[in-house]
Amino acid sequence: MTRDDTKALIDEVLEVYPAKAKKDRAKHLAVGDPDAEQSKKCVTANRKSVPGMMTIRGCAYAGSKGVVWGPVKDMIHISHGPVGCGQYSRAGRRNYYTGDTGVNVFGTMNFTSDFQERDVVFGGDKKLDKILDEINTLFPLAKGISVQSECPIGLIGDDIEAVSKKKAKQLGKPVVPVRCEGFRGVSQSLGHHIANDTLRDWVLSNRDGDTSFETTPYDVAIIGDYNIGGDAWASRILLEEMGLRVVAQWSGDGTLSEMELTSKVKLNLLHCYRSMNYISRHMEEKYGIPWLEYNFFGPTKIAESLRRIAERFDDTIKENAERVIARYQPMCDAVIAKYRPRLEGRRVMLYVGGLRPRHVIGAYEDLGMEVVGTGYEFAHNDDYDRTISELGSTTLIYDDVTGYEFERFAERLRPDLIGSGIKEKYIFQKMGIPFRQMHSWDYSGPYHGYDGFAIFARDMDMTINNPCWSKLTAPWQRPAAAA
Amino acid sequence: MMPTVMIRRTDTGALTFYVAKKDLEETVVSVETDTEGAWGGEVALADGSRFYVEPISPPPRFPTTVRCRRL
Repeated sequence: MTRDDTKALIDEVLEVYPAKAKKDRAKHLAVGDPDAEQSKKCVTANRKSVPGMMTIRGCAYAGSKGVVWGPVKDMIHISHGPVGCGQYSRAGRRNYYTGDTGVNVFGTMNFTSDFQERDVVFGGDKKLDKILDEINTLFPLAKGISVQSECPIGLIGDDIEAVSKKKAKQLGKPVVPVRCEGFRGVSQSLGHHIANDTLRDWVLSNRDGDTSFETTPYDVAIIGDYNIGGDAWASRILLEEMGLRVVAQWSGDGTLSEMELTSKVKLNLLHCYRSMNYISRHMEEKYGIPWLEYNFFGPTKIAESLRRIAERFDDTIKENAERVIARYQPMCDAVIAKYRPRLEGRRVMLYVGGLRPRHVIGAYEDLGMEVVGTGYEFAHNDDYDRTISELGSTTLIYDDVTGYEFERFAERLRPDLIGSGIKEKYIFQKMGIPFRQMHSWDYSGPYHGYDGFAIFARDMDMTINNPCWSKLTAPWQRPAAAA
Repeated sequence: MMPTVMIRRTDTGALTFYVAKKDLEETVVSVETDTEGAWGGEVALADGSRFYVEPISPPPRFPTTVRCRRL
């Protein structure tokens, strides 16, 4: 495909829309332009989805409870409101953790205030008060409690802040009210921001002035790694092999006390820029802790990132970084030697959130594959600024893609692999296109780090080269007699 | 409009202007007053927009959050 072909494809797909919708959607679709310094000239992001367009986005509650707060394992996160929001998202994200669930960690459990009509009519503050007591009695080892608001809380005007403050005093542990009602904002992105702000206001400064924590010059924190399928562990070991000390993981396999200690580190390592840049910027301003974005997908990007991280430390760390890279090189060479011949030249379309639409491009390129289309569910323009330099001049960019557009793009581009979420998975599989669920690594992982790359390569191979695809014809494409 | 802006120094040493609410992350190309005594005045960004920041004396340690006015 040439640049003009891609442009023509966009026009063709937009053709079916009414004039107003067409004008709106045209701003969200673009062709990659590696020369562009800024994304806002070609793509608009972080705007309200048009009703009826079948967006794939989530809500603010998903961004706060599901993404940022949920993985903090030794706290109990109450889904405050009706039962569904918490129940249907329970344990779906696969943020792994260690500990005894239900005793000292609570990651995969669902706590909800189970709102009934009565609570909506008369207010749910008394109920919240009561369940905070119940939680403290039943789970005395919980280090803290967060109250994750669902839509009705904001609509009926409950004062969860007052209840939280009162109970925090009574129970002697942090109770954090989070105003992440689902209707706020245009996507889960605002939920990340709200969650970051509550972490800043209720957690981060808890140990200011407490110097009992012994620091070292090599203290770092992993920010924005949610340990999906063990990602943060696969990243952490590389940093530790380099001689750094990882004080905190935000927030995959993270604990409350780790987060409280983060203000003591020397450098924040930021993996998911979208969901945690807010807290990194805050720590830089308040505590003078610099932050550094890195990418642990695929050997090329890992080596680049390890060197960039080592740059911030002394020569010992720099030498260690080279040693780590050299140590894993033979393993990566073997992985590439095995899988590259099977994957060379295959074309990939991505549509995910957060950091993956740009971060995994390097890993695919290490395997000889090409990303022909990419887009974010909930990115802002600063994410696209970071993306366009990774793309070729013909790559299709789609922001907040609609169900219809995504299907048409896939039909026309016929990629060898699509990486997106669970809602998209079966549609594309029925179209006969190999698919990986790239939000939770399709029940596999980790994909971060050198160990993760081996798993990533294996997974892509077993999906793309699975013999089932040649046997699959969509029902509407079958000859009439056979149907 | 009086946006709250976080000004920080990037790895390359350039100053950036960051407005979270506006998704604006832009490089500063010139500052009216950037001396040992004060920092501020008219700030021009790479995209051509200009802002006025009340001069801060002595110059702040970056990153810092300031209020500014669009010109």
